[in-house]
Amino acid sequence: MSVSEKKTRIIEPDSLIGKRIPKMDAPEKASGRTRYIHDINLSGQLYGKILRSGRIHALIKSIDTSAARALPGVHVVITAADIPDQRPIGVARDHFPLKVGRVRSQRDEIAAVAAESEEIAEAALKLIKVVYEDLPVISDPEDAIKPGAALIHPEPHGADGTHLHLKQGTSIAHRGKADNIAMRFDYAHGDVVKGEAESDVVIEDTFRLHYVTHCCMGVSGMIAEFDASGNLLMYSNTQVPFLHKREFAEYLNMDPARIRIIQPPIGGGFGSKLDIYPFEIICLFLARAAKRPVKMLFTREEEFLASPTRQPVLLTLRSGCKKDGTLTFRQVHTLHDNGAYTSWGATTPFVMMQTFSSLYRVPHCDYHTAAVYTNNPYAGSFRGYGNLQATFAIEQHMDMMAEAIGMDSLEFRLKNAQDSGETTGQGMVFKSCGFKDCINTAAQRSDYSRKFKENEANRGKPGNIKHGIGMASMLHVGGGAKIYPSDGCGTILKMDDFANVTLITGASEIGQGSETVLSQLVCEELGLPISAITVVNNDTAITPWDVGVHASRTTFIAGNSAIGAAKKAKAKILAVAAKKYDAAEADLDLRGGFVIKAASGEVVVELSKLLRNLHFQDKAELVMTTFYYEPPSVHQGKDFKGDVSAAYAWASQVVEVEVDTDTGMVRMTKITGAHDVGRVLNRLGIEGQIEGGMVMGQGYALTEDLMIVDGVMRNPNFRDYKLVTAPEIPEMDIAFIESMDGEGPQGAKGVGEAPSICIAAAAANAIRNATGVRMFELPFTPEKVYRALHGQTPKRYWKPWKAE
Amino acid sequence: MSLKHDIEFTLNGVKRQASVDVTMNTLAMLRDVIGLTGTKYGCGEGECGACTIQVDGVSLNSCLMFAVDCDGRELTTIEGLANDSKADALREAFVEHGAVQCGFCTPGMIMQADHLLHKHPHADAECVKRGIEGNLCRCTGYKKIVDAIVAAEDGQRTAP
Ligand code: FES
Ligand code: FES
Repeated sequence: MSVSEKKTRIIEPDSLIGKRIPKMDAPEKASGRTRYIHDINLSGQLYGKILRSGRIHALIKSIDTSAARALPGVHVVITAADIPDQRPIGVARDHFPLKVGRVRSQRDEIAAVAAESEEIAEAALKLIKVVYEDLPVISDPEDAIKPGAALIHPEPHGADGTHLHLKQGTSIAHRGKADNIAMRFDYAHGDVVKGEAESDVVIEDTFRLHYVTHCCMGVSGMIAEFDASGNLLMYSNTQVPFLHKREFAEYLNMDPARIRIIQPPIGGGFGSKLDIYPFEIICLFLARAAKRPVKMLFTREEEFLASPTRQPVLLTLRSGCKKDGTLTFRQVHTLHDNGAYTSWGATTPFVMMQTFSSLYRVPHCDYHTAAVYTNNPYAGSFRGYGNLQATFAIEQHMDMMAEAIGMDSLEFRLKNAQDSGETTGQGMVFKSCGFKDCINTAAQRSDYSRKFKENEANRGKPGNIKHGIGMASMLHVGGGAKIYPSDGCGTILKMDDFANVTLITGASEIGQGSETVLSQLVCEELGLPISAITVVNNDTAITPWDVGVHASRTTFIAGNSAIGAAKKAKAKILAVAAKKYDAAEADLDLRGGFVIKAASGEVVVELSKLLRNLHFQDKAELVMTTFYYEPPSVHQGKDFKGDVSAAYAWASQVVEVEVDTDTGMVRMTKITGAHDVGRVLNRLGIEGQIEGGMVMGQGYALTEDLMIVDGVMRNPNFRDYKLVTAPEIPEMDIAFIESMDGEGPQGAKGVGEAPSICIAAAAANAIRNATGVRMFELPFTPEKVYRALHGQTPKRYWKPWKAE
Repeated sequence: MSLKHDIEFTLNGVKRQASVDVTMNTLAMLRDVIGLTGTKYGCGEGECGACTIQVDGVSLNSCLMFAVDCDGRELTTIEGLANDSKADALREAFVEHGAVQCGFCTPGMIMQADHLLHKHPHADAECVKRGIEGNLCRCTGYKKIVDAIVAAEDGQRTAP
């Protein structure tokens, strides 16, 4: 050892947690170098295009593809008849990728072409002749449940792709349905009749939630290629590569082990890539038939027409409370417009019932959903997963009940709000719970109580601009959600001889910044700068298993998994160092790229040197660890009861609006959000997620409206489907409540979905505060608001109905 | 299948030629003929700004411009902003201020912002918001994008 090295060097403690860490992939993205699916081309690649129905509900009498097949440059044309082994896809397995005998919605896939160029593929589609026989269209879910309603899925489908003449002995893939009910959910705790009897005030209202869609800026697409041995390589933007690998294998009748999925960076997800869609299977069929790579990209119009929507809901809520402000019961009936096929939208009751049963303490709760088939577009999962819809109803009722018993709405909320330590009627256990803090913080920061009273007093005064303030709160899973028997994630961590870390995680990055947060957690554990880590997260041939990106789970689940692997690596390193430098393991730590003495910060050895030593000299050992994290949550049974998440996230948001009573125009001026996120890991990232979510919520409340008339989408473009633009954004004030969750990685909980959930509900309360008028239907467009202000909106009532 | 036209133009400072279909738009030419994929397709109808480039110093939606109309013009794409100090400051500000999430809108945003800052060197937040009105972003809620653009300009102003 040289003399200079002997001089004691002290490394001061430092932490990455809570800092503003720029996203690791941002420099590439900001230079236009990132290669999204759209930017990847394989040699020999063909271009796939799909012919869609255009009819809403019709029998397919004949399809003539001969002219398309004859067009120069066309390699393959397929219809259902060409794929005898086609199997139904989707959450209820009620959806053939290429339609057999019948089309049920505008987006339905009839045929597909693979050609030398997109232009040729499009020209070929125009040459395909289809003869239809129109059937009556059901576009209103209330019509779908009327006795004698036409059926959307009457006939069984054979696994051989035909349905009209099921051959004897062929297996039935889908049995058909004797009614239009796709799915139903029934949940109860307590006894609502008793609850109602104890109530001093009971109110009942119908709420109608509309269609909106994800509008990811990058349109959907994929590339599929079968190699010479029949192995499949897919470039895909799925959020759930491992589960989908299995499903793709089922649909292709092949061994899942022979499928490899590479996930290029994604141009936005928000839940839209949680299901498998017909275009993906069709692309695989084309690639299989053409024996060439096939790339398929949507146009923006197709993206609107053929990607999923948020679940539209018709909902009647009956709530009661006592004069002292205690909630007594809640009864909920919803009619979910399932569209023509079943995707995740139908399952949003999983989340909705949590909000009804457990956001506030409710002794008696009764919840029913029927998801019914119509000829409309079908809904998938979308950030918030039913919670925007549920919160819209519940938080308006909170204000209305407070008003009915003459109690301050804040006090009313606080009286019924959950606390930590509570187990709800649905069996959710709230370990860390900053709900009351959220309510108080959002109210104080926005000066809610004073403004509320002032606005009320100003309602009757002259002037067409009225100011309003409204509050809403939410509960959402924040520690994964055990919707499958496992909710786990695997990690492989290796260190090289320069003390650089490669983190191989099952968790996909979908633009939310998980890569950066996971890096932070690992580097924090190993005392390394963030520049010392490389993340591999996009190739099923390399990465360990994970359930997928959904339910705000990635930071929590993948984070705990990454920490687990890092802890094992650290233990190994410290054990080696302790032995080599004759110290106790417990007295050593890792900091700033060095092994140090924990008490003083004094350097023992440079980490990279120790690792090199380990490789070359000592036992020729590598530091490489694996970890699989499974959260301590419960897979709910048929009664939907149990502690489904390892932690729960809370938030209260206050929305301020200006309503122009002359025009019905609503301007959102400010959003104040208080979010219980457990702990802030990356301040820059979490602010960005929350702001983005708030503005998405603003769009849901004010501008976005996918207009479906008789099953026809009227506005499949950005001109007529209005996303919020930069000049319209409100001032945003965000407060973090750090409840330090005991199970969370460094105390953190999931936050991805939370910020958009309350906005529409709070805006409705704000409009009421400004004008005295209550809005039961979204979105609050000038026409709707103007009509409501001028008493031209008859109050809708949907009589509760539940499937027998 | 259809008529081709030979055109000559300057792309990111380099003179070049291309043979393009008369119906082709500039976005398709950049991506498919020339192979520069930093310019993005978001809608193809002039509604999202993902395809923003600069032509003769003015920002426009490349999806709305016929490729043949590039003849004799000077085009700059996100790839061509490499050697411009204003653009460097912008890119850095986008990274530092968290203005990038999925990143799909980012190249178009930066092209638009670069044009904006050349035109309005002292743009404040309100001016920036109006300036990027035609660029949609689904991830960020715009706030951090506006912060980044304002900061980039401030950084430029205070830079020695
Ligand atoms: S792609 Fe040009 S404006 Fe959208
Ligand atoms: S960062 Fe995703 S669209 Fe703007």
